[in-house]
Amino acid sequence: MGLAAPVPAQNDELQEAQQLLKQGQTDRALERVEQYLKTRPKDARGRFLRGILLTEQNKPNEAIRVFTELTQDYPELPEPYNNLAVLYASQGQYDKARSALEMAIRTHPSYATAHENLGDIYAKMASQAYDKALQLDKGNQAAQTKLNLIKDLFSSGQRPPKVAARTEPSVKPVPAAPVAGSKPATPAAPPVAATPAAPKPPVVAAKEPAKEPAKEPAREPVKIAPSGSNPEAVLKAVESWAAAWAGNDVDGYLARYAPGFKTPDGEPRKAWENERKLRIAKPRKIEVRVEAAKVTFNDANRATVTFRQHYRSNSFKASANKTLIMVKSGNQWLIQEELVGG
Amino acid sequence: MKRPLLACALMAAITATALTPSSTTLALGNRPLSSGGGLLGNGNVAHAAEALLAQTLMAIASSQFDIALAEIEKVLQQYPNFRLAHLIKGDLLMARVRPISSIGSASEAPAERIADLRDEARARLIRHNQERPVDRVPRALLQLDPAQKYAFVVDTSKYTLYVFENNNGTPRYIADYYTTIGRNGSEKLREGDKKTPLGVYHVTSNLPREQLSKTYGTQSALYGDGAFPINYPNEWDRRRGRDGHGIWLHGVPFDTYSRPPRASDGCVALTNEDLLAISKHVQVGLTPVIIAQDVEWVEAGAAKTARSTLQQSIEDWRRDWESRDTDKYLRHYSAEFASGKQNLSSWAQQKRSVNAGKSWIKVKVDGVSMFLYPGHENLAVVTFEQDYASSNISNKMRKRQYWQRENGHWRIVHEGAA
Repeated sequence: MGLAAPVPAQNDELQEAQQLLKQGQTDRALERVEQYLKTRPKDARGRFLRGILLTEQNKPNEAIRVFTELTQDYPELPEPYNNLAVLYASQGQYDKARSALEMAIRTHPSYATAHENLGDIYAKMASQAYDKALQLDKGNQAAQTKLNLIKDLFSSGQRPPKVAARTEPSVKPVPAAPVAGSKPATPAAPPVAATPAAPKPPVVAAKEPAKEPAKEPAREPVKIAPSGSNPEAVLKAVESWAAAWAGNDVDGYLARYAPGFKTPDGEPRKAWENERKLRIAKPRKIEVRVEAAKVTFNDANRATVTFRQHYRSNSFKASANKTLIMVKSGNQWLIQEELVGG
Repeated sequence: MKRPLLACALMAAITATALTPSSTTLALGNRPLSSGGGLLGNGNVAHAAEALLAQTLMAIASSQFDIALAEIEKVLQQYPNFRLAHLIKGDLLMARVRPISSIGSASEAPAERIADLRDEARARLIRHNQERPVDRVPRALLQLDPAQKYAFVVDTSKYTLYVFENNNGTPRYIADYYTTIGRNGSEKLREGDKKTPLGVYHVTSNLPREQLSKTYGTQSALYGDGAFPINYPNEWDRRRGRDGHGIWLHGVPFDTYSRPPRASDGCVALTNEDLLAISKHVQVGLTPVIIAQDVEWVEAGAAKTARSTLQQSIEDWRRDWESRDTDKYLRHYSAEFASGKQNLSSWAQQKRSVNAGKSWIKVKVDGVSMFLYPGHENLAVVTFEQDYASSNISNKMRKRQYWQRENGHWRIVHEGAA
């Protein structure tokens, strides 16, 4: 589960604090932030950073207080809810984590970090429920191991909140405060904001090529599947999209999007592309699995691909359901719309 | 798309077992009622957990997952050890993470335990939807002794124990409870076959929690809040060579709300809550426990003819005994008669010699109960207080007879002390 990290601030003091945080000097960073907050006690960005720093210093209760107050003063911001959830989850308070994440999503429905974190929480709670149902708490080594693994995922304490460098400084000054995320988070609040469903990990390969390739509409009168309705072709397109992403191949990646691609937040195509470029071009080692891919043809030239995307980098792990709406352009299948969750 | 999958899976699991045709209305909380209606509100809290659970399953079936999750939380608040509810909660949460294909999608879960809980879901849903016998009675309950305030009837195919109140001799339904029966089903034949016996039994003792702890120590945890041993093997079982022992009605371990429908070694287990509820109705030595594979229901008044025919036979037997005409008296005994080591001829011989020395006999028969034997249409178990007096000897006893209908005539095939 990822903490949402703040955007680099314009303010010098805050920028310095950010810098110090990156260098791991949390004590000094905290001093700087507190100095900053003396003159602007209400400032969301400063308070958010303070919450991150307290989390870093393993003071979850103080951090919880900071983020809780932020949710009260800025209920429209999803990030404080998200981070509150991470902290609750690290304390095993999954119910609280869940409602915080649900609030984050309510404030900003396309906030990917919250969606992914919520998925983790649901899985964790489901696993607890199963343990109670099946009395697996004792002597079941497999279940035990699995739980521990998940616990690691949640121990945000060890994982420094990744600061996602935001290219475009948000337009709105105050409430846009905390943005970005460790998980491919979306800078929620800002109107011009960048990537909603953004931080999708690159898809490396579709492991299970659509076993049930839509229904063969052969007999159906209305939906005639022309000979071109080949699920393999659609899947191949998904694979090359994923491969381009995983290979940090920006041009190859962007070429997979249709001219009429609906950007996640309705932002201009250019802005979206810039944001993606920054993320994808950055060389890093990642791993992605596509699970249970399923292709459904809406008509001869439109297909919906759903799959479970497992993303993993050395610092971060996420799983999410993804839906790609693909359109056929010439003999190529391109992405028309990209949806997380569902 | 993932969620409808869950709905399909659950519905498949639910409908896999034939619901009785009358219960295909799956409307929520809308249990079809007999014309009598309205008796369900009879303080029958036993259904609370089940009704909530059924509502959850119905919400899932109609794809209302948020409602389903809220319902299941309600169940768990009241019944934190309800394992089936935990399983369904797990599924509801898991369905938000990935598509799931059936009840119990926990990975690495022991298949047998999942199967047990699925069976419980099915059994409880069928129970929830079944008609309550508000104006019907089991055919087996021919007549209750006025002293018997209640009778228990277990239907092993429905995993249900019904409680009937003695309403001036006519049984009246008051409650029913989910029960666990033997792992291998019913019709116990042998020691260790893990089956629940079918027949007419009576509660022989009462072992409340303290008593269980004293006698069985920590092992007694298995029986939960209490136990009521019954008289398996009864006279008829022994006569047919059936064996085994220790068939009880009892509770469940305290770490669980209920057990799967088939899980016991042959006992009938109820949730602790339900066991405590029925314990108020138990009269040791008196309360009948009739266990049937598939209870046959009749209109409340339908037993009249059968009852009076058998009553008349008992009365004729009593009168003929008083007459000291041993041949007449012996007409009431079947050629298959046996009692302990005696067969009909040794019994006849003994009666002739005893009766010969008497100048008078008075027999009073009181507190008669009559039950038809499950699975044996022509067999009835009759129990009563017998007050026997004669010129040279008298005694009082509680007697049990097994009457068999042969060519339209009821005849005694077993007789002995109850």
